[in-house]
Amino acid sequence: MLLRKVSRSSVLCGGIRRIPLALSGTLGRAGVVVAVNNARYASQAAEAVLDKSAVGTAGSKVAKKTAPVESKSFAANIFKGQISTAQVFPFPSVLSEEQDQFLRELVGPVAKFFEEVNDPAKNDALEKVEDDTMQGLKEMGAFGLQVPADLGGLGLTNTQYARLVEIVGMHDLGVGITLGAHQSIGFKGILLFGNPAQKEKYLPKLATGENIAAFCLTEPASGSDAASIKTTAVQSPCGQYFTMNGGKIWISNGGLAEIFTVFAKTPMKDPKTGEMKDKITAFVVERSFGGVTHGPPEKKMGIKASNTAEVYFENVRVPADCVLGEVGGGFKVAMNILNNGRFGMAAALSGTMRASLAQAVDHAATRTQFGSKIHMYGTIQEKLARMAMMHYVTESMAYMISGNMDSGASEFQIEAAISKIFASEAAWTVTDECIQILGGMGFMKDSGVERVMRDLRIFRIFEGTNDILRLFVALNGFQSAGTQLKSLQRALKSPLGNAGLLAEELTKRAKRKAGMGSGLSLQGNVHPELAQSGDLTVKAIEQFGVAVEDLLIKHGKKIIDEQFVLKRVADCAIDLYAMGVVLSRASRSLSQGHPSAQHEKMLCETWCVEAHDRITHDLRILRSSQSQQLFKNLRAISAAVVENGGVVSPHPLGF
Amino acid sequence: MSGRVLVGVKRVIDYAVKIRVKPDHSGVVTEGVKHSMNPFCEIAVEEAVKMKEKKLIKEVVVVSCGPQQVQETIRTALAMGADRGIHVEVLAKDYESLGPLQVSKIMAALAKKEEAQLIILGKQAIDGDCNQTGQMTAALLDWSQGTFASEVTLEGGQVKVVREIDGGLETIKINTPAVLTADLRLNTPRYATLPNIMKAKKKKIANVKPVDLGVELTSKLEVLRVDEPPQRQAGVKVETVDDLVGKLKEAGRI
Repeated sequence: MLLRKVSRSSVLCGGIRRIPLALSGTLGRAGVVVAVNNARYASQAAEAVLDKSAVGTAGSKVAKKTAPVESKSFAANIFKGQISTAQVFPFPSVLSEEQDQFLRELVGPVAKFFEEVNDPAKNDALEKVEDDTMQGLKEMGAFGLQVPADLGGLGLTNTQYARLVEIVGMHDLGVGITLGAHQSIGFKGILLFGNPAQKEKYLPKLATGENIAAFCLTEPASGSDAASIKTTAVQSPCGQYFTMNGGKIWISNGGLAEIFTVFAKTPMKDPKTGEMKDKITAFVVERSFGGVTHGPPEKKMGIKASNTAEVYFENVRVPADCVLGEVGGGFKVAMNILNNGRFGMAAALSGTMRASLAQAVDHAATRTQFGSKIHMYGTIQEKLARMAMMHYVTESMAYMISGNMDSGASEFQIEAAISKIFASEAAWTVTDECIQILGGMGFMKDSGVERVMRDLRIFRIFEGTNDILRLFVALNGFQSAGTQLKSLQRALKSPLGNAGLLAEELTKRAKRKAGMGSGLSLQGNVHPELAQSGDLTVKAIEQFGVAVEDLLIKHGKKIIDEQFVLKRVADCAIDLYAMGVVLSRASRSLSQGHPSAQHEKMLCETWCVEAHDRITHDLRILRSSQSQQLFKNLRAISAAVVENGGVVSPHPLGF
Repeated sequence: MSGRVLVGVKRVIDYAVKIRVKPDHSGVVTEGVKHSMNPFCEIAVEEAVKMKEKKLIKEVVVVSCGPQQVQETIRTALAMGADRGIHVEVLAKDYESLGPLQVSKIMAALAKKEEAQLIILGKQAIDGDCNQTGQMTAALLDWSQGTFASEVTLEGGQVKVVREIDGGLETIKINTPAVLTADLRLNTPRYATLPNIMKAKKKKIANVKPVDLGVELTSKLEVLRVDEPPQRQAGVKVETVDDLVGKLKEAGRI
């Protein structure tokens, strides 16, 4: 029955062929990743579809070429209702003995520096990192953690970097942003895409902190929708340089930086059509080129210690040598920089959560009310337990992704986005609950948690808002599911030649219908003591796979406009990835007989039970016809509110 | 003076860790507990490195005695600026009974072997609080000693040492070779920076066994029992000054 539905759906045929196009085309991809403006995002991706399909048959050839070969990404595979264990089981262990030893030596001094020298409250009050501290951080080597050793840095792997950034996040997110804006995005482009000459020229001074770097993408009219930037870089007739004009806003380190990674539009001739078209190019721009100025430091809610400013480029002569990657290849550069940096946020925030939990526990274990320590009361216990679970998930995600990256994985963009979403929301909740446990004390500045709360708020907004990243997670997932379904459609057109594939699919679907499960299993990957949680995860993945396929069949290419649906699909994917990650980590602890293994088992089991329930609930909503009415209502309420400029109903008192 | 300085560094339980006594009262729990360099040893290393930076001496050699893990402590000292390290390998079994006498025998033997002009040690370690190694080493070598140093100045073949003594400071001038022990106010030790930790990876750590130095590790000391400090007893409230005086008299305090 289902198979017939697949073969009949003509909308689907078009839609599925096109989704991969939308996401693999430069424009589409940029729209999703870098960027970040819900309203325009979807339509832009759709435009990209139309744009490409106009090329006609050439389009489908491109689709074949760009269709990913069997992705190893766990998150991509769950959308197909499949389990790919390669990147999740066993929990990655990537440090060589020497790297492990070196990292152990680094952790102590970094922790000591943040405990004894850095003063987060003072940095916050001054709205800058204290001069001595800044100098200390530079001497410490904190500005060149991942710069190769022969270029003056420490040459750390992603996992080693994560471990140190975790310490920073534990103590001072304002300093974290100063360091992150510098090396996680500011000069990451040079590390990833720079040619040897660019690396040699810039990295040594960046590694010592003599030069500070900044990443310049956002503009007044271009936030989430990064493709709409207006800064231009026009190549001189001689080809020797580009003239850059434009303004960037909210640039971290904008007022301190000497070296900028700037994204600008360059007019280019399309080699096929001969038309002139604007394409985005990444440049390394030195302040010393002249014409680079910045505004005063912005007044912010949090991360006040970090400098945020507008940066202006006025007739800046940028030598052609300063193009990062290829001319017109700027989106790929931006996307890779952001993708490669997200795990760092999860690592830093797991440090923040560790500190919040410790502070909450310290209070709960010493504060007496009604004759008992307050940790003896159920409401406090539930809070502490949930805080511990959320920390466990975040920390596991951070080190799983850094481990995947270190072992050369290339398919981790969905996971990286999930880790950013999860970490920023979990850290917010955990710190909020810490304040709640501390009560009035937590609300006072002296406790230090209110600062952490203010600092945390931006993490759900910058480097891709969580809303846009949810769309990114869902659409990337639909892309891989669509590819699979498409090959099934192709098989249906010549059933004889594809008997094997069809038989397999038929059995799978028949089994699924009969409630027998699809034969998926995590046995052998999950420790026997966690078999039940493993089963829950498998069940949830099966349900999810079916739901995704149904949604694709129902909406076809229009799925990209169904944001109410996409958001819920992404929520399920996030929960599923979290289940996989904690299963893996707790299994490792059990097999290694770690002293905390039973505790971790409990964290894992509790997480899996609740996540399974959330997923079932979300999928039920997506299946039900009521959901359509619900989404319709939400749309209508929003429209009315917008129409009225706010609240629609009259005041209950009538005035 | 342009010689060689030997600095002893000890790996101890970190000062911030809450110490727990083993259930069998044979010692304290060390497994899974954060360790770091004894703070007074850090001060000793800093002083030696400063001398080297002022070109008053040629080489700083750090020594630590113990199992494999003490190499971490040596590495920290190398990251702070020491030139090379010597790991005197003491097996875990012998390490438990290793006391100031055994360590000072090792230090004395190494001082001769390395032809050191100066030995700088911490005045004591924060774990055993023995405060004996420096004094014993000087005695074994028959060298001058400048203990509890809060200021050290090298003057030709002599060392001016300002010592922290009860009720004030004492300034002495002693001949080299000499043994110095660092007190708290001698200097503020620097942080090991990450680039220096990386560079320290290339510095050499020699492995030596006590037997090679002709040192016998047997100890005549036996630890009978280790206990937590007694819990503080609850106090009593008194109503009047007279009550207080009476209680104090009763307790034999006045």
